Amino acid sequence: MQLARVTGTVVATQKHEKLLGAKLLLVQPVDAEGRASGAPLLAVDAAQAGVGDRVLVVQEGRAAVAAIRRPAAPADMAIVGIVDRVDCFDDEPLAARVDAAPSGGTP
Amino acid sequence: MILAKVVGTVVATRKDERLVSNKLLLVQPMEPDGAPRGNHIVAVDTVDSGAGETVLVVSGSSARMAGDLKDTPVDAAIVGIVDSVEVSAGGS
Amino acid sequence: MQLARVIGDVVSTMKDRSLQGQKLLVLQPMTPAGAASGRPLVAVDSAGAGTGETVFFVRGREASFPFLPDLVATDANVVGIVDHWTVEPETSP
Repeated sequence: MQLARVTGTVVATQKHEKLLGAKLLLVQPVDAEGRASGAPLLAVDAAQAGVGDRVLVVQEGRAAVAAIRRPAAPADMAIVGIVDRVDCFDDEPLAARVDAAPSGGTP
Repeated sequence: MILAKVVGTVVATRKDERLVSNKLLLVQPMEPDGAPRGNHIVAVDTVDSGAGETVLVVSGSSARMAGDLKDTPVDAAIVGIVDSVEVSAGGS
Repeated sequence: MQLARVIGDVVSTMKDRSLQGQKLLVLQPMTPAGAASGRPLVAVDSAGAGTGETVFFVRGREASFPFLPDLVATDANVVGIVDHWTVEPETSP
């Protein structure tokens, strides 16, 4: 699963019948610090998420279809939870250290 | 499966009810030599792993074969705590 | 399926019960020319392979099929040891 932030909504009147009534949200994958990483994606909402929420996204067909409870729906990505908090251990994550190195030099 | 390091926990109160009572951990995928690679993943922990440990992560629909995850909407699961990785010289 | 070289192994005592007793190998996927291709990964072994050998492996849900009806939590499985392989030379212009 991925951490992501909900950045927008998508309205599509004409869509596959199995997706009728499904809420489609634009999500931007983020790292542990909330920085965008990777391309924005489109997910079906199964957690009553809203724009600005940090969410958990599954990116696999059967998991997504199980989450939205629409058997045989043509979907491969779904929001399964709203993230309250991410706690990182010690000086982790590793990526933060890597990213921090070049920006050194502040007094 | 990939090797990863446990770097954090994720708290989500509002989530799919089939995920309730599952521990969600933030892991950093890594190379066999320990170098980090790629984006963080949130994985369900089935083996009681902890901070800083090196773990095995299985992804895709195979993740639901671990523990009691059948029919839960997850695509990544921690299925092992790694004691050691032995890579032959000149390997990767 | 893909060719790979076994570059190491992983020891894990504490693991999902479906993986108990399974040998875990570190694979480096490779091209037919023998060059590394993509990131190393960890796979279970259904073929009795060892470090240094060239193998082929299957990814995804199918990786657990050799164990059916048992459900084994793996997304990669070594299903054969390669004795030798040949590649047709590039068609010349």
